Amino acid sequence: MRASLLALALLVGPALAQDPALEKRVTGLAHELRCLVCQNQTLADSNAPLAVDLRNQIREQLAQGASEREVVDFMVARYGDFVLYRPPLKASTLALWIGPFVLLLAGALLLWRRIARRRVPEPQLSDAEHARAAKFLE
Amino acid sequence: MRRAWVVAAFAALVILLAVGLTLDPREVPSPLIGKPAPAFDLPLLHAPDKTFSQKDMLGKVWILNVWASWCPPCLVEHPVVTALAKSGLAPVVGLNYKDAREDALPWLKRNGDPYLPTVFDATGRIGIDYGVYGVPETYVIDRRGVIRYKHIGPLTPEVARDKLEPLLKELNRAG
Repeated sequence: MRASLLALALLVGPALAQDPALEKRVTGLAHELRCLVCQNQTLADSNAPLAVDLRNQIREQLAQGASEREVVDFMVARYGDFVLYRPPLKASTLALWIGPFVLLLAGALLLWRRIARRRVPEPQLSDAEHARAAKFLE
Repeated sequence: MRRAWVVAAFAALVILLAVGLTLDPREVPSPLIGKPAPAFDLPLLHAPDKTFSQKDMLGKVWILNVWASWCPPCLVEHPVVTALAKSGLAPVVGLNYKDAREDALPWLKRNGDPYLPTVFDATGRIGIDYGVYGVPETYVIDRRGVIRYKHIGPLTPEVARDKLEPLLKELNRAG
């Protein structure tokens, strides 16, 4: 048991023992980038071999003094905008960003028009009904 | 009038969803199309002491096929790759991706070796430069070393016939 724990520590150790500030930046960036193998996970959440490689790539570049921006550009140059977990706002993604709000507005407009148009008809009562109602109210 | 509106809205929704169904979310468009093929200088799979670079292919139209012995779809597409290499349209360079020599060499012996050479990318670092995220992947590169086409996943005879062969012929003609 103790031997296996030690083995585990030796395996995991080097990766964790490194500069915690660097690891924090690596994890931060990994949360912003998509794992291309399992597309609905970020690089930070995924354990696919490619995700591990790309996390190592991030770590290596940050350790060599690259900025977050430079690492993201490196990834986008190779894998396209798709690698960004949050899509950038540009002409080709405009529909994605404002589409929901347009739909919401259109729905609200439609609803408002329908409600405005709806008229409650005046109750038409016969004389007999009026007399009955009056009786109830007495 | 109102009914026409409802029918039109419904039809629009059906068309939107139908188009969505025909798109493959796994096919991520590569930003590398039209860009120079990323540089590499990798050892050969067969001869670790020799290296091969994408520059060695300048002046030729060629295909880069990323494969690994641990990748079942690579085995599926292997006859298509072999037929392409035999067609004489373009030489095929293999990029053996995150593999081990003791697995990759017997794999080629078993299944045939159509590759001009195969370069050995043990760590997958060059794979990252090429934006590889699922083996097999296949690139068509023109005489000036520019990537013209990328196919993700196993090559099928249909893709080879309808996409690769016409493109290769055109690029060969372009001189």
